[in-house]
Amino acid sequence: MMIQLQVALTHLTGRRRQTLVSLTGVVLGVAFFLAVSSLMAGSERDFIKRLVDNSPHVTVSDDYRRPRTQPAELRWAAGAVGISNVKPQTETRGIRGYREKLAFIESLPGLRAAPVLAGSAVLTFAGREQGVTLWGVVPKALESVSTIQEKMIAGSLGALDANPNGIIIGQGLAKKFNLGLGRNLSVTAAGGGSRAMKVVGIFRTGNANYDESQTFTALKRAQVLFGRSNRVNRFLIQLDDAYAARAVARRIEAVIGYKSVSWVEASEDILSVLVVRNTIMYSVVSAILVVASFGIYNTLSTIVLEKTRDIAILKSMGFHARDVRLIFLFEGLIIGVIGSLFGLALGAGLMYALSQVQLKPPGVTDRVFLPIWWGAGQFALAAAFAMASCLLAAYLPARRAGRVHPVEILRGAA
Amino acid sequence: MSTILSAEHLVRTLPGEVPVTLVDDVCITIERGEFICIMGPSGSGKSSLLYLLGLLDVPTAGRVWLDGEDTSAYGEDALANRRLSKLGFVFQFHFLLAEFTVLDNVTLPMRRLGRLDETAAHARGLDLLARLGVADQAGKHPHQLSGGQRQRVAIARALANDPLVVLADEPTGNLDSAAGGTVRLILRDLAHELGKTVVAVTHDPAFAAAADRRIGIVDGKIDADWRPG
Repeated sequence: MMIQLQVALTHLTGRRRQTLVSLTGVVLGVAFFLAVSSLMAGSERDFIKRLVDNSPHVTVSDDYRRPRTQPAELRWAAGAVGISNVKPQTETRGIRGYREKLAFIESLPGLRAAPVLAGSAVLTFAGREQGVTLWGVVPKALESVSTIQEKMIAGSLGALDANPNGIIIGQGLAKKFNLGLGRNLSVTAAGGGSRAMKVVGIFRTGNANYDESQTFTALKRAQVLFGRSNRVNRFLIQLDDAYAARAVARRIEAVIGYKSVSWVEASEDILSVLVVRNTIMYSVVSAILVVASFGIYNTLSTIVLEKTRDIAILKSMGFHARDVRLIFLFEGLIIGVIGSLFGLALGAGLMYALSQVQLKPPGVTDRVFLPIWWGAGQFALAAAFAMASCLLAAYLPARRAGRVHPVEILRGAA
Repeated sequence: MSTILSAEHLVRTLPGEVPVTLVDDVCITIERGEFICIMGPSGSGKSSLLYLLGLLDVPTAGRVWLDGEDTSAYGEDALANRRLSKLGFVFQFHFLLAEFTVLDNVTLPMRRLGRLDETAAHARGLDLLARLGVADQAGKHPHQLSGGQRQRVAIARALANDPLVVLADEPTGNLDSAAGGTVRLILRDLAHELGKTVVAVTHDPAFAAAADRRIGIVDGKIDADWRPG
């Protein structure tokens, strides 16, 4: 064993109580750091997963990012006269020539796309009315970009193909209207079209608002109801690699001209909140380890004070200043390593306990478990932060010990 | 005999509003195998001279030559290396490390120097303790030993790396006359039988009487330097 390491161990075992207090600080610091950061990382991943799974990775809508260039501007591009308040030409809303554009999108690798015509409608049943969003969909295509088929508790998405007047509603709406499969209700679109439709499916996502306000029908039926033949107003696109969404959206928009929004762009404000939340969380849990490192600093400073004479003796024998510094850095390292190991074990226990906690957040119908992220990165981060704190706490006493001048101490001792 | 340690116009001044000169223009030449006593009243600069000769302190002016090397240009690490391999120290208080066993205290310098592996260092440590008559105390801690035994262990530690020179600062100052006598004989034998150079600072007339050469220091200057008999 290295002699410096042996001296370090002897110092620590010689002051058992103080070493134990320092060690406890590191163990608790690492455990709470790990448990809280894993909870935060878990909730962040859960949140992003929901965001990625439950919404399209890219949505192409029938909007343009910039107003279309007016003919006058094209004719006199360098003209000094500005054109404003131009009334847009009245036209049927929707993506023009959507089949060609959809074919282009589908030609891109690693994605699946579904054309959709969505609009507002009013459902009427037994004298009661409810405003909903009616999605005109191609069932097979929607299945490839959405998890709605997995959420069906009665009927299926495919039933829309079999029954052109079929409608799929959420469980919340079904309960509210006391509807079941096979019941008829009246649907009136915002454009004025109205039709009696039959409930062919019921879904439950767990989100109360979604389950009361979203409905699905066949695309052709929606086009008739909304009076927009051969039009869709959205392409919903799902990618194999969700994190490529921004680049794919940019490419699609560059080619077809319609506004293409990736989930990252659509959720930028939420994602920036997550960054702020993480900063706050890491600051708070790091504070625990910083407090623990003060305990180590205190212990090692006391040892340096108590062992000044021993340090002088070691230096008189021929130990270098760096040998002495190494002794105290080893002491910090030993506390850091042992504290991290026990801290990670305790942290894993806390994580397991937290993962058993069930909650029922507002607006959600099902109970959910606290999301915990068991990634190795969280464990490594907690241990690395603990080691850094311990070494930093040991550095100052180590530097002071290295500067001990043997003659001053030996003269004083004599 | 050849010169092992020498000092040329050695000066050590403590800085301050009123600088204090501890060692004042000392020139000295020490031969191999000599047993030398440095004597003088308290505060005369005996220990300061010993620390300068032992490369523990750095002179304000002058040079110290050890085994043919001028040490004046050496940095802290180079001086530490010379202390480790060529010098051994014995102090008035044994200054053994309390948490370590007697054997561990003796093997510390060997393990730091790294010439011997752990097994060989232990064997040499036990051999040194046996030669000094304290081998049976090897597994004990310093607080379990008498004053004389502790000082013998300190001498064993000073001899650990087979130094050329052993420097002792009042080695019997804290011992009763019997234990002091034993330590005196051990140091004399080191010089006479093992050929080590021993330089000891002492107030003890009996100790001084055993030395081959006596150097008197007054006010930091060499006042007398003679070889009795």
